[in-house]
Amino acid sequence: MIAVTYGVASVLVFVTSTLLILVGAVGVITVKNPVHAALCLIMTLFGVAVAFVAQSADFLAAVQIIVYAGAVVVLFLFVIMFLGVDRNMNVSAEPLMGQRGFAAAGVAITVGGLIALMASSHWVTGATSVTGKLATGQANVKQLGTAVFTTYLFAFEATAALLIIAVVGAVLLARRERATTKEEVTT
Amino acid sequence: MNVPAAWYLIVAAVLFGVGAFGLLTRRSALIMFMCIELMLNAVNLTFVTFSRTLGDIAGQASVFFVMVVAAAEVTVGLGIVVAVFRRRSSTSVDELSELKG
Repeated sequence: MIAVTYGVASVLVFVTSTLLILVGAVGVITVKNPVHAALCLIMTLFGVAVAFVAQSADFLAAVQIIVYAGAVVVLFLFVIMFLGVDRNMNVSAEPLMGQRGFAAAGVAITVGGLIALMASSHWVTGATSVTGKLATGQANVKQLGTAVFTTYLFAFEATAALLIIAVVGAVLLARRERATTKEEVTT
Repeated sequence: MNVPAAWYLIVAAVLFGVGAFGLLTRRSALIMFMCIELMLNAVNLTFVTFSRTLGDIAGQASVFFVMVVAAAEVTVGLGIVVAVFRRRSSTSVDELSELKG
């Protein structure tokens, strides 16, 4: 019935991406070993990439794989192994009493509220394409590039500054302090 | 014909909820960062879905910038984790009970 209405292919893609996303996400918060959690995170990121392709955001799907699965998760794995914390952790420890219950209740209220808001409001009738009409098909990548380098040029340049600051900050944080104190003593 | 936007929005809402639950309950700073990534991805999925529904490129451009900020955030965050680990030999956030380094 549903498959007839929307087409078998798109329903199948939706089910696949949903399974990848949710199984991976539950894996991240339940497994004991941080390395396994990072691998579950990759699964979720691939699922989101599938959902991006299904909604014709091809460039973002490629960036999702390259930047997230390729760089961010590798950085996570690098830090896990660099620090040597790739052993099982105690996931059942509960420092605050009733923490899990309160967290579950808060999350249930938030997600339930979001879904209720979605079901009861008429958001699809909002104004369409205020800033730029979305082209369908392959012209999407070109259009995104044009938007980023014209309409959002200032934000794009700001991200360049942000990345430089982040790299310098990370180097400064992770540097060994002994070298600087020794230098200060000698000078 | 593609499936309704509401289906993807519900998946994104559930993904956000799972990430938020993990952030509230797990004590390892590394796992907490992964949960923040989950929540960011849920928001990205929402942006792309609305971009398709409303036929507007602004949603996809926003996702592009969210990804850049997420990458910067992970870089600095893991730098902080490494710096904290040097002092405390632990990635548990419960160890960080005072501002003194």
